[in-house]
Formats: sequence, structure tokens, C-alpha cells
Amino acid sequence: MSTAPAVVKDDSEVTRTIDDIRPDSWWHIPATTTVLGLLALVLFGLRGIPGADSVYALAREGDLNPFGIVPESITVPSMAASIVLSVLALLASGALWALQARVARPSARVRVTLIVVFAVAWVLAFMTWVISERTLGVATLLQGTLALAVPLAFGALSGVLSERAGVINIAIEGQLLFGAFGAALVGSIAGSVWVGLLAAPVMALVMGAMLALFAVGYRVQQIIVGVVLNVLAIGITSFFFGTVMRDNPGRFNSPLRLPTLRIPVLADIPVIGRVLFEQNILVYLMWIVVAGLTVALFRTRWGLRVRAVGEHPRAADTVGIAVNRTRWINVMLGSAVAGLGGATLTIGTGVAFGEEMSAGKGYIALAAMILGRYHPIGALLAALTFAFADSLQLRLGTMTAAEGGVAIPGDFLLMLPYVVALFAVAGVVGRVRVPAADGVPYVKQ
Amino acid sequence: MKLELRGITKTFGAFVANDAIDLVVEPGEIHSLLGENGAGKSTLMNVLYGLYRPDGGEIVLDDVPVSFSDPGDAMAAGIGMVHQHFMLVPVFTVAENVVLGHEPTKGGLLDLAAARKLVREISARFGFELDPDALVENLPVGAQQRVEIIKALSRRAEVLVLDEPTAVLTPHETDELMTIMRQLRDEGTSIVFITHKLREVKAVSDRITVIRRGRVVGEADPSADQAELASLMVGRQVSLAQDKAPAAPGDIALEVSDLQVTDEAGMRTLDGVSFEVHHGEVLAIAGVQGNGQTELSEALLGLQETVHGSALLEGRELVGRSTKQILDAGIGFVPEDRTHDALVADFSVAENLVLDQHDRAPFGSALAMSRRAVQQNADTLIPEFDVRTGSSAAAVSTLSGGNQQKVVMARALNRELALLIASQPTRGVDVGSIEFLHRRILDERDKGTPVIIVSTELDEVTQLADRIAVMYRGQILGIVPGDEDRDVLGLMMAGYTAEAAREAVASGARTTDSQLADEGEIV
Repeated sequence: MSTAPAVVKDDSEVTRTIDDIRPDSWWHIPATTTVLGLLALVLFGLRGIPGADSVYALAREGDLNPFGIVPESITVPSMAASIVLSVLALLASGALWALQARVARPSARVRVTLIVVFAVAWVLAFMTWVISERTLGVATLLQGTLALAVPLAFGALSGVLSERAGVINIAIEGQLLFGAFGAALVGSIAGSVWVGLLAAPVMALVMGAMLALFAVGYRVQQIIVGVVLNVLAIGITSFFFGTVMRDNPGRFNSPLRLPTLRIPVLADIPVIGRVLFEQNILVYLMWIVVAGLTVALFRTRWGLRVRAVGEHPRAADTVGIAVNRTRWINVMLGSAVAGLGGATLTIGTGVAFGEEMSAGKGYIALAAMILGRYHPIGALLAALTFAFADSLQLRLGTMTAAEGGVAIPGDFLLMLPYVVALFAVAGVVGRVRVPAADGVPYVKQ
Repeated sequence: MKLELRGITKTFGAFVANDAIDLVVEPGEIHSLLGENGAGKSTLMNVLYGLYRPDGGEIVLDDVPVSFSDPGDAMAAGIGMVHQHFMLVPVFTVAENVVLGHEPTKGGLLDLAAARKLVREISARFGFELDPDALVENLPVGAQQRVEIIKALSRRAEVLVLDEPTAVLTPHETDELMTIMRQLRDEGTSIVFITHKLREVKAVSDRITVIRRGRVVGEADPSADQAELASLMVGRQVSLAQDKAPAAPGDIALEVSDLQVTDEAGMRTLDGVSFEVHHGEVLAIAGVQGNGQTELSEALLGLQETVHGSALLEGRELVGRSTKQILDAGIGFVPEDRTHDALVADFSVAENLVLDQHDRAPFGSALAMSRRAVQQNADTLIPEFDVRTGSSAAAVSTLSGGNQQKVVMARALNRELALLIASQPTRGVDVGSIEFLHRRILDERDKGTPVIIVSTELDEVTQLADRIAVMYRGQILGIVPGDEDRDVLGLMMAGYTAEAAREAVASGARTTDSQLADEGEIV
């Protein structure tokens, strides 16, 4: 150190010591996966139905399937396949033990990859067991997943838009409900599903405006505003549902359906063709909004300013960015996006508006936003995960009703998406970096 | 650009923060605004920067009256500001922070290449070595401040306001900042330098305006005597140096060995610290803010989550015990963040004075509190510590910062102590009260209590310490005697070991500040 320069100047980044002491909770995830893996091995594998086969239906007749590359179905012996998959899950779990035991702070990438491998193997083991002696249409399952993911994804994007700017958006539930209501009501009155599609975001703006007014304008505690708005949304929509809509459903609440837009040729690809290219406009819109928002948030001037407002509003103010105006705009934009999600529930699925039909989807969307780390793509992936659980639950529900074999009570299955949400948010995420000024009203001095 | 403030008045309720302030800053001069904490310097500059709307007076730029409704207007007019609390987004890169608010775009997208080029150009002009793609939160504070300067310059600021810029810097970094300020001045930028540190004012200013209680109380030349400036600033004669009897250290009271703290993200914030404190001595923990001092004091008090190592107080282990047990062992604690960690804002002064002893005699039992004992306690302590409050029943939040600090200190010192840990014991306190609080700390030492002072103010450290431990990035780089050379301490705060620092100083690494001291200009 004797040759140290006389002048001290250090502009280099601080490298911090990563601790080599294991956190006390290091064994939680490996242990949980091991227990779950052993459960899978015993329940789905060793105690499965001997001699039963599980069939996954893949390609359909008429698909673009030269030389039958994709088989029409895969048949596996249920017990053996479940055992193999459970062992695979246990191997992933073992790798997690080895990783956590060897390195005090393993890289998140390796850890998450192992957890994902475990989860996929475990879920496949479960599915193979549960469809013993039966056939599961993979394309139908995935199609359902995508359809169910749309409202969650739009809702989560609404959260991303407003929370990136620093406003907590618990009111996604209410925004979805208003969107669904608006699409059904206005669409029915106008007699056009397209008018309904336009009306959904506009109607949801009412919710957004109220959230912005109270949270940004009057600086009311944002979680309380959100919850109250959700209750208000239920109240208002239920009132109209119970009065005008019930009196004259043909005029005010007829089941309209957005046409399915089938993209020729691409839709004929086996399995994924139907999932990706035979959907209504809302699904295509979802892709566009996710991509657009990702670029906008991270590559444009607007996005940089929005994130600055959510992280350090005073810094944004001192460079001339209007903090509260930015927040107003983002909350409104977010609610409009959630309105599209609401439209999925009525005109997207072709049903009339029903009382409280959002049924907690707004809260699951909130979980998806957090699990997705306030990133549009992350939010989409999280929404797809939750939707897969829901879709699986629906498929299995109808199957057990029809036949014998492995029987799981329907009510138990209904719980599935929420269990997945709970575990995912609590376990896999670990730490999510919340925008620093999220939920903190900005007061100019 | 010539800046004139004419009769600026700003009131907050009944409180007059700025009372008809006049100030003229000529082009290409460094104009210091000297005043105590709370004198109204920052308020004045926030008026200038469009953050506050003045209640009276006008701002004149190059003889044209202007009015700013927000910082955007001020910036457009050529005023740049480096705030005391950096206005940087921690999760953004240097380039993103610099261009925020006036982003270059290409085809609708952010043009980060242009932003990087801008950062590199200005960096090169001043010899900074900033990486445009470094995340600001990973930069040392000194470098963050240089980002702030680049940010202001990239907007073509002709008047640059630096609000207490040296508070977070080591002495050598301060010296570099002064070099940058002179360079800017020579290029024609007008600089307003806000500070309460006399040494710095004398080292760098062309002219000095002194502010006290919201009013301009005088103008001075940098050649003015330091004591004269001090009395102008405070309003009465002050003795700048505290007479201190030499310590009479006794046995070892606290023995800390290999103490480690890990934060939530698994980062080691305190990295194997060992030292001991004797009875009847003051050990000062010096260092630039954020180098592990907070974690150290909180770990000793049982406020940190993941702590390894050992801290023996009179042979009893503190690590692993609850904060309540540790307080009961006789530790008096003054947290560094007064408003968040030390006081309950809505509680009365009397209640705040017994916060750490509310459940034990004489103030209360496990079930009830004795209102009378609490009241009597307040009646003794309030005059003793000269806490200026209308009533002991007033909410502590109605007190000024300095008086709040006195409440915290009075509480910590109000019992038989086995150890006193005081972080920033005089932060935000006026000069007169600083003298008094320092006296109380030294009295406590002379009673035989071991004392740990954590302070980022070198003046405070050198005044109180019998020994000084300098912290840098979670480690103690060395423990030196209390009368160690300021330049050596300064280099240690920048990461030098004691030996390397002494060697560097011997071979000429002096700050302007200490050179002036050699010439007898400042004390």
C-alpha cells in the first residue's frame, strides 16, 4: 500500500462481500421439495393403479402434420411413468440440497432452474397418476390455460403500470369487474360486441379515475382505497345486475361473443397451433400489450420517467418531471388495460355478465404481478402458471365427474390455483424488489 | 451569469425561514452561504431552484427578473443544483440518471449511446472515471456526488448551487471537490456553496454571506478571522475547541471480537470487526456514512437480524440477547436517525424521556406507569439539558431538531451506565448546544463509563476521542490515538491503512485545509 496515490479518487463500483455464512433458512426449500417429492413417489407412483395406462392426446386429424411427426397420442404406463417423474423430481431436490450445502449463497439462476425442473416433473407425475386409464387432451388443456391467463395477465399489467409509477393497485379486482360489466352492458345496448370491447376499458377508467383521485390527489392510504373501490365495484355492478339487467336481459345483458380469429396455416400446427393462433382478439391484444409495455417501460423516455417517479419521485421532480400527473396517467392507463381483462370474462368467453363474476381474479393478478417482479413478461409468465393450475383443475374436474379411476374431490381441486399462488409467491420469489416509492404519496413542499 | 436575490421571504406557517434576504452572486465567483443548521440556507436555495414558491421578493438573472414555478423552469434558466440528499435514482445507471428529464431519443426509443457519450465527455473534462453503465447504488458517495455534478453540467448550468456538498465526503474528496469548483469558476460558472463548515468556506470562497435565523447578518471576505466568522454565524462568542482533560482509562469494559453482520441480501455489512473499550475512555468510530457504523452500533444493541461473533460487556455476552436484555444491562443508546429511531413523535417530551425505562422503577412496573415519577423526571431533565419546550406535555414533534436531540441525549445519560453508545450525538444541533452536549459526554467518561461515539464529522471525532477507529466498507482499518493528524484520518476514511496513510501524508498528500492550518489561517 506504500505506493498508494497521493490523491484519492474512486469512481469504481463498490464490490460487496457476499456472505459465506449460510442463512438460517437455507434448508427450507430443499426440505420442502424432498418431502413433496417423496409424497409424489409414494402416492402417484408406488400406490398408483397397477397396469393402468395414461394417455396424452396430441395431434388431431387435419393438422399440418407431415409424416406424422407429432403422434396423435402418447400412452404411458401410469405407475412406471409416475415413478420415473417422481424420481426426477427427487433428483432435482437432491441437486438443490447439494447446491445449498456447498455454496452459502448460490446463484439465483441455478437455484430457480432446479426449482422449475422439480415443479415440472412433480406436476407431470401428478397428472400422469390422476389420468390413469384416461385421456388428457393436451391442446385443450393449454388452450384453456391461455384463455384463463388473459384476464390475469391484463390485471397484472394494470398493476405493473400503476405500481411502477408508485401507486399500489389493489383495485384490479374492481377494474376487471367494471370492464366485464361495461363490455356486457354497452355491447348489449349497442347490439355489437365490438362496441362492448371498446366500452370495457372506458368503463374501467371510472375505477382508475377514482383510485387516482383518492390515492394521488387526496393521498389516502392506497391499500384502503383499493379495497374500498373493489367493494364499491361489486356494489354498483350487483345493483345494476339485480335491476335493469334482470328486468330486460335481452336489452342490457345478452351473452355476446367475440369471434375467434383463426390464422390460416399456423393454426394447423399440431397442439400449439390451436393454442396460439385460434383465439379471439383479446388474446392477440394481450401479446401486443405485453411486448409493447416491455419496450415502453425499459426502452423509451416515457418508461424511464415512469420508473423514476416510482423509485424516487423527488429526484424526478427536481428534473422537471410532473410526478403526480405521471401517476394519474399511469393509473388510468392501467385501469384501461384491466378493463380489457374484464372484457375477457364476458364477451371474451361468450357469457352474460354475472354478479361478482371476477371472483378474486384481481387478487390473483396482483400475485402474478409480484411473482413476475413488476415486469410485463414476468407478469405474463406468472399469469400463465396460475392459469395452468386453474385449467388443469377444470379439466380434471370434468373428468372425475364422468368416470372412475383416481378420484379427487372437486372442491379440493378448486383450491389448486390458490395453493399454487401461495407457494409461488412465498417460496420461489424469495425477494422481489418493489419500486422504492410504491404506495408513498408525493407531496410537493 | 449574474444571479441576484432581492428581498426573498419564505414563511412556513408562523415560522419565517427566510426574511428579506438579498444576495448577489457575480459571474465566475464562488460565493459561500454560511450558516448554522436551520438558518434558512437550504430554504433559500430551494426557492431559487423552484421547489418552494417565495412569499416575497424576486430572483434576477443577468438583470432580468424571473420566476420559477418548478425546477424545470430553473434548469431551463441555467440554474443547476447538487442537493444535500442526492437526487439520483439508485437502481438507474449513471447515464440514465444524467439524462433523466432531458433524454435523447432516436426513433422513439431512448438513445443510451448518446447518454453514455455525454457522461464520458463531461467526465473527461474533469478527470472523473465514471462508468456510464454503473448502477448508482453501487457507487461510493463521492462518485455519486460527481454524478450529480455531471447531471447539472449536462443541462448547461451557469449557476451551480452546492447544498452542503461536503457532508458525505472524506477530507480528500472534499479537497477534490474544491478543485472541481475552482475549475468550474474559471470556466465562468457562478457557484453558490452552502455550508456550515468554517474551514471549507475559508479554503474555497471568493465571497462569504453569513445567514442567521433567516436573515443576512453580514458579508465577509475569505481572509476574515475564523473566530469572527463563527461569532457572526452563531451570534455570540464561541470557543471552537473543547478543553478536554486527558483520559484515565481503566480496565477493559467492552470487548468486541470478529463481529459480523449480514443484511437481507446476504451482503456482509459488518465484516469481522474487533476492538475493545476501556472504562473512562471515549472510542470514536469515524468514517464516511454507510461504511458499517450503523450496523456496528445496532448489532451491539441487538437490533440487527444476522449477527456472528462476540461482544463481551464486563464478561457477559451481548450477541444473541434481546434488545431489552441489553438495555437492562445498562447500555445507553443514541440512534443516528433521531426522528425515525429515537423518538415517538406524538408522545410528549416527558414520555419520550423515559422510553427505555418505562417499565421499571421508579417510572413503572410491568403493569402500570407512575405518571408522577415520569413528570418529576421531566421536570429535572428539561432545565438540566436546556430543552426549549413550552411544556413537558407537548408532543416531541413540536420541538426543533436540536432540542429533540437534547431529549434523546438526556434520556441516554439519565441513569447509571455500563456503556454509552452515541451515534451522531450532535447532528443538527446549534454550535452552543454542541459544546454543552460534548461536555456531558466527557463528564460521563470522567465518571468511568466506557463511551463509543459514532460520528461522520471529523471535528466531533477529534474533539471527543481518546482513540479513533476508522471504518471503511464494513471493516476497521486501524485504531489510532485521538490526536492523530486529520489528513491521516481522512485517508483512512478513504480506505488506507494507518501506516499507508501516514506514509502518504509524510510524502505530501495534504489537503488544502490542513495546509491553511499550517499557515495559521484556520484552527
